[in-house]
Amino acid sequence: MPGTDPLLLDEISLLLVWTAVAIYVLAFIAYAIDLARRSDLALKAKDEVVSRELVTAGGGGVISAGTGSSASVASKPRYLWARLGTVLTALGFVFHLVATVLRGIAAERVPWSNMYEFALTGLLLIVAVYLAVLTRYDLRFLGSLMTGLAVLLLGGATLAFHVEVVPLADPLKSVWLVVHVFVASLATALFALAFGLSVVQLIQARRERKLAEAPADAEPKRSFLRTVPNADALESLAYRFAIVGFIFWTFTLIAGSIWANDAWGRFWGFDTKEVWTFVIWVLYAGYIHARATRGWRGTRSAWLSIIGFTAVLFNFTIVNVFFKGLHAYSGLTT
Amino acid sequence: MSNSPSDGVLRPSDHADSSAASEPDDITQPRLGVIGWARWGWRQLTSMRTALVLLLLLAIAAVPGSLVPQRSADPNGVTQYFTDNPDLAPVLDKLSLFDVYTSPWFSAIYLLLFISLIGCVLPRTKHHWKALRSQPPRTPARLSRLDDHRTRTIAVAGDADATAAAAIDTAAAQLRKSGYRVARYDARGSYSVSAERGYLRETGNLVFHAALVGVLIAVGVGGGFTYTGQRVLVEGQAFANSLLDYSSFNPGRFVNGDTLSPYSMTLDQFDVTYVPPGQPGSGQAGDFVAHVTTQAPGADPRDGEVRVNHPLDVQGDRVYLLGNGYAPTVTIRDADGREVFHDSVAFLPQDANMTSLGVIKVADGLPQQLGLLGFFYPTMDVLPSGALTSTYGDLEYPVLTLRVYEGDLGIDDGTPRSVYTLDPSGMTQIAGGDSGNPAIQLMPGETEDLPNGLGTITFENEAPAGASGYDGSVKRFASLSIHRDLAGPWVLAFALLALFGLLAALFVPRRRMWVKATPAADGVRVEYAGLARGEDPTLAAAVDQLAEKHGAALPASSRPHTSDPDADAGATSNPEK
Ligand code: HEM
Repeated sequence: MPGTDPLLLDEISLLLVWTAVAIYVLAFIAYAIDLARRSDLALKAKDEVVSRELVTAGGGGVISAGTGSSASVASKPRYLWARLGTVLTALGFVFHLVATVLRGIAAERVPWSNMYEFALTGLLLIVAVYLAVLTRYDLRFLGSLMTGLAVLLLGGATLAFHVEVVPLADPLKSVWLVVHVFVASLATALFALAFGLSVVQLIQARRERKLAEAPADAEPKRSFLRTVPNADALESLAYRFAIVGFIFWTFTLIAGSIWANDAWGRFWGFDTKEVWTFVIWVLYAGYIHARATRGWRGTRSAWLSIIGFTAVLFNFTIVNVFFKGLHAYSGLTT
Repeated sequence: MSNSPSDGVLRPSDHADSSAASEPDDITQPRLGVIGWARWGWRQLTSMRTALVLLLLLAIAAVPGSLVPQRSADPNGVTQYFTDNPDLAPVLDKLSLFDVYTSPWFSAIYLLLFISLIGCVLPRTKHHWKALRSQPPRTPARLSRLDDHRTRTIAVAGDADATAAAAIDTAAAQLRKSGYRVARYDARGSYSVSAERGYLRETGNLVFHAALVGVLIAVGVGGGFTYTGQRVLVEGQAFANSLLDYSSFNPGRFVNGDTLSPYSMTLDQFDVTYVPPGQPGSGQAGDFVAHVTTQAPGADPRDGEVRVNHPLDVQGDRVYLLGNGYAPTVTIRDADGREVFHDSVAFLPQDANMTSLGVIKVADGLPQQLGLLGFFYPTMDVLPSGALTSTYGDLEYPVLTLRVYEGDLGIDDGTPRSVYTLDPSGMTQIAGGDSGNPAIQLMPGETEDLPNGLGTITFENEAPAGASGYDGSVKRFASLSIHRDLAGPWVLAFALLALFGLLAALFVPRRRMWVKATPAADGVRVEYAGLARGEDPTLAAAVDQLAEKHGAALPASSRPHTSDPDADAGATSNPEK
């Protein structure tokens, strides 16, 4: 933008990033309080089993907020703290969005061209996808996980990876930067959501196992998990996010190969970053298979989803910073 | 979800949707003959569990290639690794860890996976082919058992059977219009239509898996017809596209190196811009462009540009810009002033400010062979330690320093030696280091004496007349890579096919719908039911929609009078409420 100093714009952007992080911290706290209070609410409501409320039959239908079968649930839980958490998340998102756009203006290009910017945009998409999904499914029980992730990664990336705006290196001047990296971030956001659901699914499955083993008249334990869909519903929802993520990841792989063919003269060369993109793709293909393999549904496939997302994070952090390869775009050296 | 065994889709026996009873347990099999064992082994290999385990193995097996440098991607890294870990490296080498992706164990995993895949996909394709031309299955006797089930009762105008049959006619027409394949199953006392859609899902799955085989074959076969060659060109130099003129050439198995397309290419000029000092990213180089002239036999010369991300197409080859650097022009004369060496020598950049390292070899013309190890600094500065460095990539204060060795270059016995390295083991250092003579230090245009009265050395100034400062005083080189790739387009085509297959396989809902009309005492009972085959989050809504649309299309006289479709006494569940 003529007339504005990119350094100044970036400073403002940075300030907004920290504001967003602070608001996400508050959102995290609100969500955490919500989870703590849910165990009480759930007990008061004296609902018997989770399966009746919030939950869909046979993986179909919609999980909608607070709509237990009205007859038996005495007081419908309103989850005020969760609402506060969502409002704060949305507010943080606005700051985060403006910060990202300003960074793009300062750099006069798309704001996902080095590790700091990729973290900025990637986490923006994670929060955006989470908020967008909230309009259809009540996933606020994931709120503390998602905002926690946002705080840790956005704060961490800003501390560790922030670099001044500099002109793009030649290999990055390509439309494929715009497409390939953006779609990869989008896939990451969906995998993150699937990851969160898989984590809760594991915890929920453990609880359900214990519940099934416990004597019928045992005092129900206080837990927010009573207000969360059952493990099957969590699994099928996680799967739905993961398959959309998988499509985007497949596209990322293809677009990356086209770009590599233009930039380096070969579409595939088992460069470290290519290796990891491939490993992640195969892991999620494994996850999808596991869901269709007898004996692998449920807890085992959930672990694959968790391992898959761990590999995504590993690919973005450790591989970018410490592994040698052609994808030297972190912007951290030279 | 369903557990109906009569699925219409053939799945491996341990698929989560196939019924557990349909295959005998492997352990309880009676004694097996050879054929029995073979069949058993084949079934194991093509089971879902094997596919899953092989996929996970493939993921794990790919990882070491990112931890250890690979000969294919980073040969220098491998050499370095051997130097750094002299004990460990040979062990890793035995395990093919420097060639993970061509190693026997990695190949074994993916070949098994693809055999399993083919073994899995072929029977399913055959089965699917048949299923595509078969009728939707008979309407189940008790639709109310299904999860998604709605009922309504309609009034009878005249004959109950006629009303029921007409209602089913309407439903069948509607379903057909929404893309279902339909079959009528009218029996005594009830009329029904059975409808099915989503064959595209299985088609997509099969296309996806088959396309993966296509990718593998395209890579394997196409790779055999592919070649890459490297060539360093200094400004002003030309090269002919023949085997002799490449500095390295990697042909695929089926490439005939004698039949490369004949053309020549000259590097006219290499341009690069630097971010000036004081600006963010100062010193950063960019906008690299190699201006070339290409000429095919019998055609006019053509100008072209090679840029990063924008290779140049020449006669079916693609020319890529791999690297660039400075190529100082040096002239060496003997004690009598006769020229014994004159060339522009490519120096390899060592850092972002283009500190460059190069070797000059004078094989003939002097009493002994001469080797010069040179550093070139485009903008020279002195570090506090006294060592020289370059602080900027452009030619602001270019300096060339040279250490001189005298003796045997080791090139006469035919041993191949890299032009970029000097092996001083059989030589005596006569300038620089501990030799007693200072290293030679030159700026463009300057000449100095060689030690021991051997002669003189000149660092030529190549700047065109009228250039300001040191602009253009040193030539640049471009390192070009020339490729012919026959695999690429095929791989891309199969990859896209896989992507589209995947979209269909994951998102096309595969479901069955039934509408059944049964004349009863108070009218005609109409039932609607749906059954998902696989993940189908929208089934309930689809059944609702079907019931609603059908209700609206019934003739006014038989519009429902007793109930709306949702207030359904017999239905098992309606989760939306
Ligand atoms: C290169 C290895 C393989 C990859 C990358 C792969 C990937 C995938 C993916 C992404 C899906 C989900 C798409 C869909 O549901 O149609 C899938 C499904 C499926 N794959 Fe594979 N696959 C591979 C090998 C195999 C093998 C060897 C078998 C045979 C045992 C197999 C059998 C199946 C089946 C039956 C499904 C359908 C699962 C369902 O019902 O949801 N695949 N595969």
